[in-house]
Amino acid sequence: MADFQIPELREYPTIPKLEEGATAHLSPFIAKPDHQEALGFPGELVENWEQKAIEEMGDLLNKYRSFRVYMDACVKCGSCTDKCHYFQGTNDPKNMPVARQDLLRSVYRRYFTLPGKYFPKLVGARDLTREVLDEWYSYFHQCSQCRRCSVFCPYGIDTAEISMAAREIMDRIGHGQKYCNEILGKVHKVGNNLGLPAPALESTLESFEEEIFEDTGAKVKLPLDVKGADVLLITPSADFFAEPHIDGLMGYAKVFHAAGVSWTLSSYASEGANFSMFIGSYANLKRAAERIRDAAIELGVKRIIVGECGHAWRVAYSFWNTVAGIGSGGNDPYAKKLQDQLDHSYPIPQHICEFTWGYIQEGKLNLDPSENDWRTLTFHDSCNVARGSGMGGYPGGQFDIPRNVIKAVCNNFVDMDPDTIHEKTFCCGGGGGLLTDDLMEIRVKGALPRMEALKAVVDEHKVTNLAAICAICKSQFTKVLPYYNMPMDMIVSVHQLVSDAIILEPSPDDDDEDDEDSQDD
Amino acid sequence: MAIELNGKTYETDEEGYLLNLNEWDRDVAEILAKDEGVDMTESHWEVIDFLREYYDEYQIAPAVRVLTKAIGKKLGKEKGNSKYLYELFPYGPAKQACKIAGLPKPTGCI
Repeated sequence: MADFQIPELREYPTIPKLEEGATAHLSPFIAKPDHQEALGFPGELVENWEQKAIEEMGDLLNKYRSFRVYMDACVKCGSCTDKCHYFQGTNDPKNMPVARQDLLRSVYRRYFTLPGKYFPKLVGARDLTREVLDEWYSYFHQCSQCRRCSVFCPYGIDTAEISMAAREIMDRIGHGQKYCNEILGKVHKVGNNLGLPAPALESTLESFEEEIFEDTGAKVKLPLDVKGADVLLITPSADFFAEPHIDGLMGYAKVFHAAGVSWTLSSYASEGANFSMFIGSYANLKRAAERIRDAAIELGVKRIIVGECGHAWRVAYSFWNTVAGIGSGGNDPYAKKLQDQLDHSYPIPQHICEFTWGYIQEGKLNLDPSENDWRTLTFHDSCNVARGSGMGGYPGGQFDIPRNVIKAVCNNFVDMDPDTIHEKTFCCGGGGGLLTDDLMEIRVKGALPRMEALKAVVDEHKVTNLAAICAICKSQFTKVLPYYNMPMDMIVSVHQLVSDAIILEPSPDDDDEDDEDSQDD
Repeated sequence: MAIELNGKTYETDEEGYLLNLNEWDRDVAEILAKDEGVDMTESHWEVIDFLREYYDEYQIAPAVRVLTKAIGKKLGKEKGNSKYLYELFPYGPAKQACKIAGLPKPTGCI
């Protein structure tokens, strides 16, 4: 099944036995010149890259105060060392968060601190060489930027930001990662990660409408480019393509239908994901967010709701306001225009789980949780939702609200070990731009702690399904569960559960001729 | 990288996907399938043919659900599910079947 050793599930807690260089061989494909140039980066490694890298590091140090603090503040207390899922799964000491930070910190000390300039050996400072660059490329692509380590750091050093800075520096010297950069280029060009053109999207959505009609007899719409709709739904394009994502999308559509809220998708901005965050590129993040703003203005919507996507929600929740004026903030004419257009009595942006939970609380959805009685559920908190954002306008809302939705539609729910959920959740192993086939080894190994916690509730509570609200988590689990002898379809979308429990009134026959030939199932 | 076959050269990317969609033919598909450890049968060809037709029309591979429904319509309801497709293409119908069909690799959070 794999050309690498699949880790054995362990008893908790286990102290990993160090294996120096265990995953030093891992290195994802390098971006091609056209992937790089589409994002405004040099096509390939520039000639004077050493000097340029130091300049770019200096630029980031001046721009982001946090980055400089993280470079300076570490006291090597050791608190973070065993908190990383990649360290747990690989035993490679360079996957300890502190060691990962030191890959960059050692170079920072050499070029930006007085002792490092004069007594490099005494302070662990080192020159930037080709070996160092290769090590950066390898180990900064063994970090999913999940921020679990930062929860345990007494100084709050955020390894994700350090890893983003490292990737930004590498991009700027022409040494980017193919997976992230190729995809981001497609967002800029076509509007989504898949490169799904509008006619294909339209045809796909029609096919989902047919499926819902066949299942329920209700004419639930998945509207595209409808001007004047109240809500613009921004969702990961995986919701149009992969399973179980599609079932989640059909769940959102059913909720909008039942709630009687007019909504639309946009073929121009058909992507919630914003991989710019993974590569630390503020310029690209802004560009991708502005595409969504343009669509919102063009369609004249009053509200913007975000579907089940982890880092999309972090970008929406934490960055949209300042980069694009979606939410308060933003000072350019377009941001102001959008501010005037949006209805401020709703959260801007709003998460689909907040939306659904609101209607559940009002009793506006007709739900039959017994439809899910054959399942026992647990919930995987996705990193960027759990540690990078909020929900519901109160601390911890991002933990409660998805669970509230699940419990309203499923009678059987148990949580995994408290050390592995909420703000201490373990990454699925595929986040942060690592969800690519060329990194399968690190993905499988990094999933270990989550798999251990899941297996424990499977054994103890007969859990049958794991629900998530992130496209990456869903795809990653589909792929890695079989490595740990669990079925790939164990992973479900939260709105798939809603979809299975919601009771819709069959639509009355329209006057127009419909080509569906039967309404019985 | 490239595949040499019957005096023809087929350029591929680092993951083994054909670079030029139009160069694809059944012979090279057999080679691509062999590399993937897939033994091509009539059932496999049904999927490959559908993928190529869909790509011709939409310039993208179909969503998994669109594919399963199309296969269900053609070959009977019991085959219209992703389990059947995974039996044919164990690494996943989207990526593995696309590779054999000579289509570009689907990208994104999938």
